[in-house]
Amino acid sequence: MPDKPDRNAIEVVNVSKIFGSGEGQVAALDKVSVSIRENEFFTLLGPSGCGKTTLLRLIAGFDFPTAGEILLYGQDIAPLPPFKRPVNTVFQSYALFPHMTVADNIGFGLEMLGKPKAEIRARVAEMLKLVKMEALAGRRTGQISGGQQQRVALARALAPQPKVLLLDEPLSALDYKLRKEMQIELKRLQHETGITFIFVTHDQEEALTMSDRIAVMSSGKILQVGSPWDIYDKPADRFVADFIGETNFLTAAISGIGNGKARATLKSGTTIEATVAEGFQPKDEATVVVRPEHAKLTKDKGDLSGRVENIVYFGTDTHIHVHLDSGEAFTVRQQNTRTAGCGFERGDKVGIMIGDDAAQVLRD
Amino acid sequence: MASNFSIKHQPGFTAIAATCFVVLYLPIIVLVIYAFNAASSTSEWGGFSLKWFQSAYQNTQVIDATLRSFQIGAIAAVLSTIFATMAALATTRTASYPGLTFKYAAINQPLMVPEIVTGVALLIFFSRIKIFTGYSGIGYLVAAHTAFCIPFAYLPIRARLENMDLTLERAAADLYATPWKTFRRITLPLLWPGILAGLMLAFVISLDDVVITEFVKSGGQDTLPTYMLGQIRRGITPEINAISTAFLLLSVAIVTLFFFVSRKRD
Repeated sequence: MPDKPDRNAIEVVNVSKIFGSGEGQVAALDKVSVSIRENEFFTLLGPSGCGKTTLLRLIAGFDFPTAGEILLYGQDIAPLPPFKRPVNTVFQSYALFPHMTVADNIGFGLEMLGKPKAEIRARVAEMLKLVKMEALAGRRTGQISGGQQQRVALARALAPQPKVLLLDEPLSALDYKLRKEMQIELKRLQHETGITFIFVTHDQEEALTMSDRIAVMSSGKILQVGSPWDIYDKPADRFVADFIGETNFLTAAISGIGNGKARATLKSGTTIEATVAEGFQPKDEATVVVRPEHAKLTKDKGDLSGRVENIVYFGTDTHIHVHLDSGEAFTVRQQNTRTAGCGFERGDKVGIMIGDDAAQVLRD
Repeated sequence: MASNFSIKHQPGFTAIAATCFVVLYLPIIVLVIYAFNAASSTSEWGGFSLKWFQSAYQNTQVIDATLRSFQIGAIAAVLSTIFATMAALATTRTASYPGLTFKYAAINQPLMVPEIVTGVALLIFFSRIKIFTGYSGIGYLVAAHTAFCIPFAYLPIRARLENMDLTLERAAADLYATPWKTFRRITLPLLWPGILAGLMLAFVISLDDVVITEFVKSGGQDTLPTYMLGQIRRGITPEINAISTAFLLLSVAIVTLFFFVSRKRD
């Protein structure tokens, strides 16, 4: 697959979707704009009700935007019915046709496109192989397991070679182990087919592990778009920082802003260097975030000081909750070893060292 | 005592249940038994015989009425099922809106309006049309039966549609199926058990109707039930029992057939 990183498969331009009318109006999407590149695994991430599924439905054509444009390779598809869009969907409930066999399900899209029988047969065989379901081609969809149904749903949506594949929380019905397996499987399929995937999920871990880029959504707006690394390490605002992973929020006085960096003076009096979120409006006081694994606990004086409040063992690591002298709370994550305990006890007076390049100033 | 209330353990439950079954089935059992009576009485047993079945079979009026019943029933069942399917699609494949409940009520009207009222209304209405057009065939009976069969066909079809996953139709549209193809390939096949149920129910209801038929029929247009009613007025012979028994067997056969067909489809 040749890389064409600059081409956009989908461009969402100022799209709003308003449900209801008059007093009961609800904006499910509020002037959302986002570009999704060709061949990328793009994830819409957010809590339920944030508008991610609505956006997916607008791209699929199951609903139409109140305002704005949806461009597919430059062509506005927003007014087209779903059967006229070269876009296919993997549904949360899979929505396999119960009166057809696995093979007939996979071939349905091609049949509707009027492809010759021989071509359909060949393509179905190819798809069955791709999702490793050759042995079950003749089964009814009610006679296969949830994981297998998932594979059939994927094969059915991929068979007509759509320009964009939409996936609406497709892994949410699977148990933990199967979900892990399918995450890897989906990445493989995206890589092998070279089709642009737009994946909707509320599971931040799923989003981080699978995506090339993530858009974090809340209340009908996109808050931040970026690589998993960007989203995790350089969250733009409080919602993103809080929704993805665990983090510590500290109030700091900001000075010397420039070049995407600033000096943050914490309540303890220590000044550290921090990166600054895009769109930050200069102000005297702001929130600084530090991930628990980017800080170290010491028995000496650190950047912050406080008292150990609680220690929680997680197997791979230990979370140490510290009550800072400033009154704020701070959690440090410490990698475990087999030999020693974490080295601290509840009530210990401790210092916290914040790592270099560990702090990010939020825009709100 | 179990903490939760169970009707089965209330005093007298068994007795009441047994009484209900006896009242329900004993008369039918008696009717069936006397269909095989060799004597010409419906109350005194004169030995086993099939002669009343034979006599009914050789009675051209009975055969005539039976065929007419089947003809009307078949046409009315097919027509009412088509209308009911369309009505069910229109009332379920839509977001709820003010007036929808009223439409349900309008479709189910024949279930609520006393049959005798409909019968009288149709008698007056059709007599006008007869004068205008001069036509007096069984079309009137077919039209009347179609009308009152619609709600019976509508109910199972609507129930089936309401249980159907709407995402399936969305998935078909997503896979390039036009609305018509989606209906043909997805909705209709999945709806089929409901349609069959509606069809059979409508047929049985039409076959059984007396009141409206009695008002609407012209001379010489007796259906089996109206013929039987006419015969009873002149005194009962076991021939009526024989006809009733055959009728009963037919109904049971249709219901059983429907049961198996719908089970296989699921």
